[in-house]
Amino acid sequence: VNTGRLRAASFAAQRPPQAKLLVVASDGRITHTERARLDHVLRAGDLVVANDAATLPASLSGTHGPSGAPIEVRLAGRRTLRADDVHAFSAIVFGAGDHRTRTEDRAAPPPLHAGDVLQLGPLRATVQRTLGHPRLIELRLEGTVDAIWAGIARHGKPIQYAHVQEPLALWDVWSAIAALPAAFEPPSAGFVLDWALLHALHQRGIGFATLTHAAGISSTGDAVLDARLPLDEPYHVPPTTVAAIERARREGGRVVAVGTTVTRALEHAARHGRLRAGDGLADQRIGAATQLRVVDAIVSGAHEPGSSHHDLLRAFVAPPVLQRADRALLARGYLTHEFGDSVLIERSDRRHVTAVTSARWASVAPQHPPRTRGPGTTPHS
Amino acid sequence: MHMAHDSFHGLRVAVTGGTSGLGLALVRALHASDAHVAFVARDATRVARTAASLPGTHGIVGDVARKSDTHRIALQIHTALGGLDVLINNASSLGPVPLKLLADTDCEELEAALATNLVGPFRLTKAVLGALGAAARDGRAARVINIGSDAAVTPYARWGAYGASKAAMQHLSRIWDDELREHGVRVIALDPGDMDTPLHALALPDADPATLKRPDDAAREILERLAASWRQPAEVT
Repeated sequence: VNTGRLRAASFAAQRPPQAKLLVVASDGRITHTERARLDHVLRAGDLVVANDAATLPASLSGTHGPSGAPIEVRLAGRRTLRADDVHAFSAIVFGAGDHRTRTEDRAAPPPLHAGDVLQLGPLRATVQRTLGHPRLIELRLEGTVDAIWAGIARHGKPIQYAHVQEPLALWDVWSAIAALPAAFEPPSAGFVLDWALLHALHQRGIGFATLTHAAGISSTGDAVLDARLPLDEPYHVPPTTVAAIERARREGGRVVAVGTTVTRALEHAARHGRLRAGDGLADQRIGAATQLRVVDAIVSGAHEPGSSHHDLLRAFVAPPVLQRADRALLARGYLTHEFGDSVLIERSDRRHVTAVTSARWASVAPQHPPRTRGPGTTPHS
Repeated sequence: MHMAHDSFHGLRVAVTGGTSGLGLALVRALHASDAHVAFVARDATRVARTAASLPGTHGIVGDVARKSDTHRIALQIHTALGGLDVLINNASSLGPVPLKLLADTDCEELEAALATNLVGPFRLTKAVLGALGAAARDGRAARVINIGSDAAVTPYARWGAYGASKAAMQHLSRIWDDELREHGVRVIALDPGDMDTPLHALALPDADPATLKRPDDAAREILERLAASWRQPAEVT
């Protein structure tokens, strides 16, 4: 059944029992396992870092005031994660229709101008300006902070795409650890997590920490707009997570990022060298040229070559390894997209910054106990 | 760790059934103690009135018994408070009123009591568990308080739907507490005692209010129990 193209998972189950995990080790060796056994791929002392952003119902249907035309507004970005910063959003606007039509085939919205009023269910918004593209706007929602959140909660629907036809509910897109509603699309690598896995990590001496990152829109159906993705994404890294990462590093554990959003946030927070706690706005692209400072391995969905998610993996391994992984995904029938199968890719040895860092890896035996002090190497210091 | 554990200042608390009886008393007491409070209730007018009377509190309109409301409520709790430390599942349904013998209780009436008193709080707790876990990892005291009843323990005739739902909730609380302890989240079932509330008046219209506990006193006791629970820290790892 090798059709030459990976198939998309079309059913909204976060943890199908048959979900698969492809593992690329730091030496390039590829193995396959059940995704529910992720903890067995990790070692005591490793630290799993996940994105605990809950997903907003960011698709708002309504009408364009001046023309009366039906529109779908997909909230796409915000400057901060502050709960009271809820008036100004960037957004992508579609014409009539809904997610069941492929975004590439969706009708364009009527021409949008500053000052246009958009009625979105109970919410009223005004177009502030277009952002270099007729379908990408900055809008301003009217009302009190609580009223706007209530309007979004009641009227909004999760952003979704044609590969899943059934309408998604919030519980389909909130991961098991979803907390502050900040993501515009689910940070779906986190679908791998459930509380049984968190328990298993705890039992095996593998650390668990979180950050919050406003995962943005993954596709607009417009090549020009898609080339601008990912948009800037605000994030927050708690001090306890920085402390956990520093401890893992000190003790020879690997930092395992669950998803591209965690990778983007951590690498942005460490862009000046030292990882900093607090709020930030991730505006960088991660790709082959990126020197990873924090993340040692990534858990991600399976993605088609050519997608921006796939490009990010080049920061971890060289193209030939990635090509072998892609062939293995295809040969084994891995499913792509948010409800599909997963990969765990460890940063290849050649990308280690210094000899000191490599020595750190060599010194870690699989049975290394969790809280034992390592030899005191402090890479990236 | 969160504050000195002897103050509610800055504590992020959500209370269901927050516009009457014990829930309202809890919202008032928490508001007076400088906690950040969000409360949930079904009636939009009463929610607005309560929120207006207690400036700084956040009123959320929703029905915990409805599955489709759960995540909408959780979303608004999280955004109103910027996270969550304590969820108080207080909203409660008596089941059929006037109270009925079990043999006269329609199965739909039993299901409705279970929806409000068991399945609803279970679902809402699940929806906020990520936030509670994040609070615990931040060194804050993450707690779920499920308001119970002595009807969960004693088999009172005519209290079948209510008593069975409260008994199930109490057991669920114990199991969940055992499972979540390692993540730093504690789940506590508390019996506030017989109070002078609209719910009690509905069940026993002839009861003498003078013999019943005042909701304000019950609320104060519950907050004392909550504060006491901070002194038994969970194993946050």
